[in-house]
Amino acid sequence: MNFKNQLKEGIITQNPVLVQQLGLCSTMAITTSLFNGIGMGISVLIILTCSNIVISLLRKVIPNQIRIAAFIVVIAAFVTMVDLLLKAFLPDLSNSLGVFIPLIVVNCIILGRAEAFSYKNGVVASAVDGICQGIGYTLVLIAMCVIREFLGAGSFGGGVLNGGAGIQIFPADYGALMMIMPFGGFITLAALFALVQWALKRGDNNKKEEK
Amino acid sequence: MDLTEIFSISLGAILVQNFIFSQFLGLCPFMGVSTKMDTAVGMGIAVTFVMGVASAVCYGVDLLLVNFGLEYMQTVAYILVIASLVQFIEMFMKKTMHSLYEALGIYLPLITTNCAVLGVALLNTQNGYSFIESVVYGVTGGIGFLLAIVLFASVRERMDATSDCPKAFEGFPIALMSAGLIALAFMGFSGLDVFK
Repeated sequence: MNFKNQLKEGIITQNPVLVQQLGLCSTMAITTSLFNGIGMGISVLIILTCSNIVISLLRKVIPNQIRIAAFIVVIAAFVTMVDLLLKAFLPDLSNSLGVFIPLIVVNCIILGRAEAFSYKNGVVASAVDGICQGIGYTLVLIAMCVIREFLGAGSFGGGVLNGGAGIQIFPADYGALMMIMPFGGFITLAALFALVQWALKRGDNNKKEEK
Repeated sequence: MDLTEIFSISLGAILVQNFIFSQFLGLCPFMGVSTKMDTAVGMGIAVTFVMGVASAVCYGVDLLLVNFGLEYMQTVAYILVIASLVQFIEMFMKKTMHSLYEALGIYLPLITTNCAVLGVALLNTQNGYSFIESVVYGVTGGIGFLLAIVLFASVRERMDATSDCPKAFEGFPIALMSAGLIALAFMGFSGLDVFK
């Protein structure tokens, strides 16, 4: 078991969003301010880790034919817990994420990891996998938020820094409102995808040359 | 319950608040199965069907949950209902409509994890829609999905065949980029929001 390798996989080479192309809906929908991004990222991280642990514990008990249904029930239970906790302690976050909190149930990342990793591996490895993949997802969300918020509203850290107002880098009037709209989500994610594709390809080429 | 309201809901679900381009629901199957026109049409029809049925069934489930004071079980109950519904539809189709079943193939089971289906059920409850409104919203939302995926598949087929794009953007990124441009076009429909 190699924590460093798994972390590297989660963040770059097997990043759930940018390489495995999972969980696109939430990545584009809620990344309009840093507050949303961090909140969503951490919620998914917690749910992913918990569901990975439970599914890995139950992997010998769950029959192969109905595993998907079993996974969904486990995931839905944790999502409901997080949903209720957020409603109780962070109502602002719960309001701004809206329907996307319950929709974590069908976030392909969690089901994908359950199917690909925790159903086949031990408890500790699955927990580490959940944390690493969760960190990878959170980082992508934060990157999306920072780019879209900066270009769209000219601010940084909305909802988190400076008492919730965020730091205004240039006047909001000059921001391209387009970046906050759905269009901006697609474009920003496309640019991030291209960046990772370029970086991975360059890394491969370098390795080949070294050999 | 008058006709104007139904018209307004349908128009909203198909164009103004399109599930893909303005609400970001159901993007995974949207990006995944839009490489070919035939499969895109099949997926779109299957999703429309399931969304309509799921809206109707989840309306009943919600009544039941409220009756017993179990609203907090909503998410769990809905996803279970949808998962078993998809399974049931699959078996039913296999027996009675074999040709359609063959055409939809593996896309039917995949619908369980389509967030547009769970999304429409949750939104129905959130918006407090009546039974008819829920079903209309579900079906028209599905039609919106069908429209989006068919439009996008035709763009993508053409693009894969003829486009010459930068190396880093090849494949997925350029597809996202063109989806973004369609989303931009769909923003033009926001002016149609006159009935609200």
